[in-house]
Amino acid sequence: MDTLVSKYANAASAASFDTADNLGENLAGWDAANEFALPAFDIPMVSNPVDFLRAHTDASAENRIRIQHGTTTLSFKFQGGIIVAVDSRASGGSYIASQTVKKVIEINPYLLGTMAGGAADCQYWERELGRRCRLYELRNKERISVAAASKILSNMVYDYKGMGLSMGTMITGWDKTGPQLFYVDSDGTRMRGERFSVGSGSTFAYGVLDTGYDYNLSVPDAIELGRRAIYHATHRDAYSGGSINVFHVKESGWEFIGNYDVGQLHWDYQAQPKGPIS
Amino acid sequence: MDTLFGITGKDFVITAYDSKAVASITLMKIGEDKSRELNSHALMLFSGEPGDGVHFSEYVERNIKLYGIRNGIELSPRAVASFARRELADSLRSRKPYSVNLLIAGFDVKTNKPALYWLDHLASLADVPFAAHGYGAYYCLSLLDRYHREDITEEEGIKLLDKCIKELRSRMILNMPDFVAKIVNKDGIRLVQLGGN
Repeated sequence: MDTLVSKYANAASAASFDTADNLGENLAGWDAANEFALPAFDIPMVSNPVDFLRAHTDASAENRIRIQHGTTTLSFKFQGGIIVAVDSRASGGSYIASQTVKKVIEINPYLLGTMAGGAADCQYWERELGRRCRLYELRNKERISVAAASKILSNMVYDYKGMGLSMGTMITGWDKTGPQLFYVDSDGTRMRGERFSVGSGSTFAYGVLDTGYDYNLSVPDAIELGRRAIYHATHRDAYSGGSINVFHVKESGWEFIGNYDVGQLHWDYQAQPKGPIS
Repeated sequence: MDTLFGITGKDFVITAYDSKAVASITLMKIGEDKSRELNSHALMLFSGEPGDGVHFSEYVERNIKLYGIRNGIELSPRAVASFARRELADSLRSRKPYSVNLLIAGFDVKTNKPALYWLDHLASLADVPFAAHGYGAYYCLSLLDRYHREDITEEEGIKLLDKCIKELRSRMILNMPDFVAKIVNKDGIRLVQLGGN
């Protein structure tokens, strides 16, 4: 930030754009060579990045880039509100790009979105959703309902149907009507529900979630169920892993519960007795 | 693929859809509404490409309701079906067609007659006494040919629908629980409880 300020400080303080003849002075401190230098970006840490990219894309497909897919996310309603739990692995085919992805997107203090499918698509569209929700608030002097917010997202992505968008998201929050949970995806599907899991590990998460679920679960038990379901999914699904982020949606808005490394969690659960089957 | 049914009777149409929402091999939800009320006496059931059904039927619903508000008179079921067919036909010739199969069930309050229209994703429209979409059609159309009469009562209609669902449950490899049935008659649209469940 400081370097950015000093870079433009000269030009800005002395600048007067009124007369054409001192335009040249306004460029003081501006370095064209630096400005137009080739951009640098990270490349996967593999022996041959070009071969890697070729293996993970399809040149003949209409929508060429098809990487970044595996995930496990889940969300469920219960007596104490809504629990949202997600893993944090970003994978492109067999390559693990990151173990520290934030897959719960904080749209505003009362709305959460989850991320499955294309990370960029989810981040971009849920940020755009946040902007629209803020505009709604300013115009109507009240918070948007979760139903309306999810419908905005669904309509936005539906306009791009068939053009390569890939997202499977759960929009949760608390509005006038109480806790609300919607599933929205890039097909244009939008549905209200009380229990969803999305991503390549979703089947594994459902297995644990469905059997352990009870609407009357206490808050600590619900948090534990969400965390445990994601843990078991990361154990069986190669494309899920890293750490688990858990959120609790309450009347006062969402609360971040914690981040749990699945490596550590694995040994914690190994040490615990599994208990009786009820 | 989802299954839709429609059966006309003496003074009503009974419709049914399976209320499952599926994403690849996962059942995401039971109790999903696959119908929209276009006006007080017209109901649209949809199946096909995820997302398209809801968007298309809500688009039609809003246009039909707008017509009612503007003109102070509701469109007849036939007019509703013609409108939907034209919209689907135009969409078919666009870059991104809607891929939806529809049933439009209505009751014409002018002629006091029930009406059922079958509309597929290629926008062919047919006025039929009974209809089905999806795999369920392969099992049940013959059954409907065998038992359907023009003058069946509502009770008989519900029984006939139960026969169809029973056949699906026993023969189809995908099990189909939780059908939701709705009746359209002179009083409007109402949900009905199926007996066979």
